[in-house]
Amino acid sequence: MTPSTRGFREMKAAVVRFAGDSGDGMQIVGERFSDTSVTVPNAIATFPDYPAEIRAPIGTIAGVSAFQVHFGSQAVLTPGDEPDALVAMNPAALAVHLYDLVEGGLLIVNSAAFTPENLAMAGFSTNPLDDPALKKKYDVMAIDISGLAVESLKESSLTMRDKLRTKNFFALGFTYWVYGRPLEPTIEYINNKWAVKAPDLAEANIRVLKAGYFLGETTEVTRNRYMVARAEVEPGTYRKISGNEAIALGLIAGAKKAGRDLLFSGYPITPASSILEALAGFKHFGIKTVQAEDEIAAIGVAIGASFAGQIGVTGTSGPGMCLKSEFIGLAISTELPLVIVNVQRGGPSTGLPTKTEQSDLLEAFYGRHGESPLPIVAANSPSDCFRAAYEAVRIALTFSTPVILLSDGYLANGSEPWKIPSEDSLREIHKPFADPSQPYVAFARDPETLARTQAIPGQPGLEHRLGGLEKDTKGSISYDSANHEEMTRLRAAKVEAVAKIIPPLHVTGENKGKLLVLGWGGTHGAITSAVQSLVAEGFEVSSTNLRYLNPMPSDLGELIKGFDQVLIPELNSGQLSLLIRAKFLVDAISMTKIQGRPFKVSEIRERILQLITA
Amino acid sequence: MATEIQNLPDVPGLTRKDFVTSNDVRWCPGCGDYAILNSLQRTLPELGIPRENFVIISGIGCSSRFPYYMNTYGFHTIHGRAPTVATGVKVANPDLSVWIVTGDGDGLSIGGNHLLHLLRRNLNVTVLLFNNRIYGLTKGQYSPTSPEGTKTKTTPGGSIDHPINPLLFALGAEATFIARTIDNNPKHMTETFKAAHEHQGVSFVEILQNCVIFNDAAWDPIYSKETRDHQLLRLEAGKPLLFGKTLEKGIRLNGLVPEVIDATTAAPGEILIHQPDHSSPLYSQLLASMGLPDFPTPIGVIRSIQRPTYESLVHRQVEDAKAKRGSGTWKELLHGSSTWTVE
Repeated sequence: MTPSTRGFREMKAAVVRFAGDSGDGMQIVGERFSDTSVTVPNAIATFPDYPAEIRAPIGTIAGVSAFQVHFGSQAVLTPGDEPDALVAMNPAALAVHLYDLVEGGLLIVNSAAFTPENLAMAGFSTNPLDDPALKKKYDVMAIDISGLAVESLKESSLTMRDKLRTKNFFALGFTYWVYGRPLEPTIEYINNKWAVKAPDLAEANIRVLKAGYFLGETTEVTRNRYMVARAEVEPGTYRKISGNEAIALGLIAGAKKAGRDLLFSGYPITPASSILEALAGFKHFGIKTVQAEDEIAAIGVAIGASFAGQIGVTGTSGPGMCLKSEFIGLAISTELPLVIVNVQRGGPSTGLPTKTEQSDLLEAFYGRHGESPLPIVAANSPSDCFRAAYEAVRIALTFSTPVILLSDGYLANGSEPWKIPSEDSLREIHKPFADPSQPYVAFARDPETLARTQAIPGQPGLEHRLGGLEKDTKGSISYDSANHEEMTRLRAAKVEAVAKIIPPLHVTGENKGKLLVLGWGGTHGAITSAVQSLVAEGFEVSSTNLRYLNPMPSDLGELIKGFDQVLIPELNSGQLSLLIRAKFLVDAISMTKIQGRPFKVSEIRERILQLITA
Repeated sequence: MATEIQNLPDVPGLTRKDFVTSNDVRWCPGCGDYAILNSLQRTLPELGIPRENFVIISGIGCSSRFPYYMNTYGFHTIHGRAPTVATGVKVANPDLSVWIVTGDGDGLSIGGNHLLHLLRRNLNVTVLLFNNRIYGLTKGQYSPTSPEGTKTKTTPGGSIDHPINPLLFALGAEATFIARTIDNNPKHMTETFKAAHEHQGVSFVEILQNCVIFNDAAWDPIYSKETRDHQLLRLEAGKPLLFGKTLEKGIRLNGLVPEVIDATTAAPGEILIHQPDHSSPLYSQLLASMGLPDFPTPIGVIRSIQRPTYESLVHRQVEDAKAKRGSGTWKELLHGSSTWTVE
């Protein structure tokens, strides 16, 4: 099935969004389309967008689930702004997602689902497919997907219900035809999944997948198809990875490199649960996982493991962070290594559990009582979650400190190809234990890192007590006022010392100029895409991304000084902006979005253009 | 994985002194905590465990200052959360002997949730819950074990809260070892601590403890020489449930409820025989529920049954996974199950 390029329109990149009811299998077909595209190879980035309800009533707006994939022949740094093609399996999916589709974009709908009942549930008083304006604005393909799927299975012994459930593969097959993608990877996937335990199902899904593809071939010969050429990808071995998977692997890699056992303790919470789930599958690496009774217990267990000489890690999302804050204070006071992963979601309170936001930055900095600084690392793409998690472990052990690792719902669920690093390319992690032949002083410090040396229960002669009461510079309890100030400053100085091991900032564009776009975390892809495109068009604009937020990289101040203006786009109401203004006394311009969705590249481009062409 | 400490190493002549720290003990003069500290310092040297393998973990409150006074590894954590830290320590290193020190407020109010889960998981640690029925460190507010009507600064009209019975709480969580001892009986405390230590699984020990400042006389009926023989029921495995100055009173079952009878005229077999390993929790509940004014207060080991420990199951799963899949390698970690190569 190698399509010739005849009849194809070349595109550098395309964005396809699959949308349907949450029981329609949209996440599955989205994943299939992505996995097929990486074999072409294309560069890809994906964005699943699903409801908080596991199964909202069928056909309702609340039950719409979507998966967007962006694939291209050049670097792809975001899952894309507006889709070029939208697959809508029912009226509710159309109602939710049509506004995003580019004008003239391809709209594939399952006409069978446009019943009066479904239309009413989606809030349509008339059938939008009958509206001539729709056909004028978009390239509409109304296909009886349900009917054709069932028709192609008339020989099959499956129940009608099971036959209807194959319709997502029909839609996928047709979409493959439109974009000239091979069917083989999907057939292999179906066989791996069902051939043994349910051969009927495997056969039916393959038949329906092909039926969707052949529909295009036989009936749509005159239709425009789209071709995204092979991408020039840096040589190497790749895998597709999501943010939460990458965090799990980065944590394990850090512990393995440091020669410490890893204990991860968590409490289920969206969108962080899959980190605990992933790690529970790595027990043969010596990983111990504990599903604790609550968020507080989860961090307590992790601190206990760190006290016992391992590396304790806990992971959660916003509401869980609030619950953990007292224990984070204890880890700061006792100066134990610990990693706390916060996969941010929309807040406050239960907020938007399945939607993304970057609104916990100030909480990471200041969300505890007392003077309680700690290092903060933020991942900037799904695959960067590996490096960020590894760095969090490295800092925690090297400096004997709790570290907050910030991710977000967008990074957690999104996935992209990851060029697999070699073990040797991972930086060494040294964390010396106390020498049992020397008298032990629990809070004696390494002069370079200011880290205290840890003694481990079981080491003879080093028995000591830790606790949250203020201690003197040796570790004995002290309520002395001058000592409290000295210890407060020492703890802060230790966090500042982390700057010594932070690599220099990577700048897109020149190191000086009119405008620096400064971002942190998951906005990296959108900012970099916008800036790269503008640089290519000759505009004087640069950008950088802060992976290390506390302490900030020591070259950041100098970089900021080299620009006339600084723009800080964030998915919150201006938290980094507040910090940068305070720290560098610069009149930074804040760009905010608080809609539970990532920035579009076009939004950032427009804002930059407004500023540099003003 | 060694989850049970077998082949005890030789511990050359540890004594009480080895467990005393140089810190000044700062409890109020006359506090029951002194006697508990002393008893534990006398117990630990006799357990055949090197000092460095003891870890004492506490929450917040008067009792929770305990680790500072024990020359072992120790962790004074945060209010109510000692069971969670202890879980991390024990899962990380099952060879350690972990002791949790908590109080009625720390363990049953703010930390009730963690205590519940620690007990049901059967982590092989010992919980010493000092019950003085009052908040001491915050200067005398009523606690979750204070009787209804207790007048304190926060309850000038008397407490309206129905108190919790620590033993019933532990039984509700299906703790595998439940005992009670009393701070004015060092010998009984030491014996109870040893029995708790020997139990493989979670050991819950309620220590009736007197707060001389804010709740003095809380345990007077069972403290005073005049009344204690009539108010205390000393439990011994295999022995009948007898009490009184000359053991003249006994407990028998009347249907599903216990009653006190004259033991001197009881028929053979009429008095209940103490069976801490009784398979039915109903028996443990019968004992745990007894108390003033109708019944004596039982002390000793109420329940001791066997169940696999949490940390041994955690480690077994790790070992099983290694046996089945081999120890994980860098290549497996980084490459996963599906990769592609770009030339």
